Amino acid sequence: MNDKILKKSKAFFDVYERKSGSDKLTTTYCPGCGHGNLHKLIAEALIDFNAADKSIFISPVGCSVFAYYYFKTGNIQAAHGRAPAVAVGAKRAHPESIVISYQGDGDLAAIGGLEILHAANRGEGITVFFVNNAIYGMTGGQMAPTTLIGQKSMTTPRGRTLKNEGYPIKMSEIIATLEAPVYVERVMIGDAKSIRQARKAVRKALKLQIEKNAFCFIEVLSACPSNLKMDPKQGIKWVQDVLQKYYPLGVKKDISEEFERKDVSRDNFDPSQLQNILNITESKIDKGKIEQFKNNEFTHEFRIAGFGGQGVLSLGTVLSEMGMRHDYQVSWIPSYGPEMRGGTANCSVKISDKKIGSPLVANPTVLIAMNGPSLDKFENDVISGGTIVYDSSLIDRKPIRDDVNIIPIPATKMADELGTTKAANMIIIGALIKKLGILSIDVVLDSLGEVMKNKKLVELNKKALLKGIEYIKSL
Amino acid sequence: MAKQFLKGNEAVVKGAIIAGVNSYYGYPITPASEIAHAAAKYLPLVGGTFLQAESEIAAINMVYGAAASGERVMTASSSPGISLKQEGVSYCAGAELPCVIVDISRAGPGLGNIAPEQSDYNQVVKGGGHGNYKCIVLAPNSVQEMCDFGILAFDLADKYRTPVYILADGFIGQMMEPVEFPETVPDIPKKPWAILGTKETCVNVITSIELDPDDLEKHVNKLQKKYQIIEEQEVRVDEYRTDDAEIVLVGYGIASRIAQSVVDQLREKNIKAGMLRPKTLFPFPKKQIDKLANSVKSFLTVEMSNGQLVDDVRLIVNGRKPVHLYSRVGGNVPSIKEVHDEVMKIMRVS
Ligand SMILES: Cc1ncc(C[n+]2csc(CCOP(=O)(O)OP(=O)(O)O)c2C)c(N)n1
Ligand code: SF4
Ligand SMILES: [Mg+2]
Repeated sequence: MNDKILKKSKAFFDVYERKSGSDKLTTTYCPGCGHGNLHKLIAEALIDFNAADKSIFISPVGCSVFAYYYFKTGNIQAAHGRAPAVAVGAKRAHPESIVISYQGDGDLAAIGGLEILHAANRGEGITVFFVNNAIYGMTGGQMAPTTLIGQKSMTTPRGRTLKNEGYPIKMSEIIATLEAPVYVERVMIGDAKSIRQARKAVRKALKLQIEKNAFCFIEVLSACPSNLKMDPKQGIKWVQDVLQKYYPLGVKKDISEEFERKDVSRDNFDPSQLQNILNITESKIDKGKIEQFKNNEFTHEFRIAGFGGQGVLSLGTVLSEMGMRHDYQVSWIPSYGPEMRGGTANCSVKISDKKIGSPLVANPTVLIAMNGPSLDKFENDVISGGTIVYDSSLIDRKPIRDDVNIIPIPATKMADELGTTKAANMIIIGALIKKLGILSIDVVLDSLGEVMKNKKLVELNKKALLKGIEYIKSL
Repeated sequence: MAKQFLKGNEAVVKGAIIAGVNSYYGYPITPASEIAHAAAKYLPLVGGTFLQAESEIAAINMVYGAAASGERVMTASSSPGISLKQEGVSYCAGAELPCVIVDISRAGPGLGNIAPEQSDYNQVVKGGGHGNYKCIVLAPNSVQEMCDFGILAFDLADKYRTPVYILADGFIGQMMEPVEFPETVPDIPKKPWAILGTKETCVNVITSIELDPDDLEKHVNKLQKKYQIIEEQEVRVDEYRTDDAEIVLVGYGIASRIAQSVVDQLREKNIKAGMLRPKTLFPFPKKQIDKLANSVKSFLTVEMSNGQLVDDVRLIVNGRKPVHLYSRVGGNVPSIKEVHDEVMKIMRVS
């Protein structure tokens, strides 16, 4: 096995052309650094499993940022902490590929804490290699979330304390508590024996992705002699003697036997079905009927208001849809934001034969008030000569304005007679259509089937509409 | 093609699907959430991926991964979420990854409120994240344009290998209007640079790191060259009754709809008003404004931000003519009457 590790894997470039400077044969890693050894184990496995060509290696920000100098795989360099998220984007795009998310302890356990947690929790079909060297290597030896209590670093010059920095974080144990991860193990780049164990873990994790798209998490205790201010041998010894004490090696979770291959494929799609899928259908309304009826030179601006649940917003959309089917210009805009308080809802609708500039309605030509507060709030906004339609079964006062048309409709009561309070809005639409004369009753009745999302309600709504129309006729 | 009555937030998703979007990664936020709702509904049906990410940061980095993998990919959010995405957008710009980001902006700073505001102008149009980059920014003012720009954004993103924003305010996202869908088939260019998990693409690398200052300068200059070409070729602008205008209102998004109504009202009173509406905020319609600066008496920008847009207009007008500002913030939308009165005030003084 040692032979194999020493011989350069075919998953590495022969010459590191991407590396700057004149030395294109050695890596950027310091002597005794765990990264280099772990790279070798991964590269060896990729070749042995014939997977290098279809692998995508996500490198982090940290000393291993330049993994793409070495790995002859697809390479994507991610922002600090985000390698698992980037890996998700890649794996979902290419479910057949082998995606490796490689991170340091600052990258994974500090700034990227959320991304790894959720990638693990979703059981993404990726393999995570987590290099825990208990320090920020690249930035010059600051404290990592994994730095030991008492360990000195540039940002814990007197040693990490419980009081100020709290406990070092045990990521493998945390990840192992989640349901989805299939195999979680902590290994070490220490003596030959520990490297053999690390090799086994690396291979098992990659194999599990290749065969089952299993999420596996391998934490690798690793030396950063440069920042520990030790020589390579001392560094490795420190990992074995000190770091390992706090971070016990071993399998933290393994359900690989019973785990069934995860299907990460996407659903089939027939592009010829696109219009159906997007519900884009041609209106079947008889154009002749529309032409006969069409009005010119008008703009109606509606304010429709009431309690949430009274169908205020849908009153507006149905009215707009009917207008659209007459080839008028229409716009609908809901109250949202500061206006939306206390369970009341309102929307504004414009219907015009001309292009609509602002879709906002300040002074409606028609106010539809479905409850008392709405009448109180909007009565004064209605333009002189405009119309106020209100639900007289719910509002006990009459509008005060004497310069507008007032139409009381006991819509809720009438709807109850039809068997459902919810039809009140349709009764009002019927009344409006009759009153305003901008929409053809024929076309409206024909359109209901297209406009109503719930097809079961078409007949009931037709009845409600007609009831509203009859009511106006009877006035 | 058939017409549909739709919310802006839904139209942009349908546009994106017509453009062949493969994946959507996003995090919910009002008033942009319907974009996620629609994406969740439709993307799996068209063989794509929808995933609700754990944060906006995660979402934009998933976008980065998918874009690097050659996908047509999008995300959407609203102002605070866009703030969070900025590092990721900078990475996308640096690594030259095409992607589409929709910002249905709301009022800030801080938590602000969910009502519409245009105060993301600077953070979206000027780059926003760290580094010397810019994104193409499309500014729809109708539901139809939400759909149309949903398609255009992907084409531009791929053409220039750059992130493209669709910057709309809460009202453009929330309002409903008829949309006519174009009968186009997605025209997706080959992406030989992408990582596809194949032997051929193993030689590819997606990164934004350049250690050597000279190398990075070269890269940044290459980006600037690209932005210059974009400025030459991709300006889109709507000029409304500006031919003989003495005062020109400048606004985008919902503010331009109001400005247009104001112009119509003023014209009825024989006041020579016009409107210029940038449909692209980067590239900004510099030439068009420059030309108008020679013929008009004054400008008035109508914006729901604290003068972020007026700065850019003034830069071009360069003191030749007064450039006035009418601004409402906090989630307030200027009314037709307010803007109309403002124009009358300006006309009386001058
Ligand atoms: C957003 C952001 N914050 C901070 C940094 C600076 N930075 C680069 S690497 C790093 C820590 C790397 O430590 P670790 O993840 O443990 O990797 P190691 O070098 O030890 O392998 C930091 C803080 C950055 N690049 N980006
Ligand atoms: S600084 Fe530490 S982590 Fe970085 S290469 Fe050197 S030994 Fe490895
Ligand atoms: Mg580290």
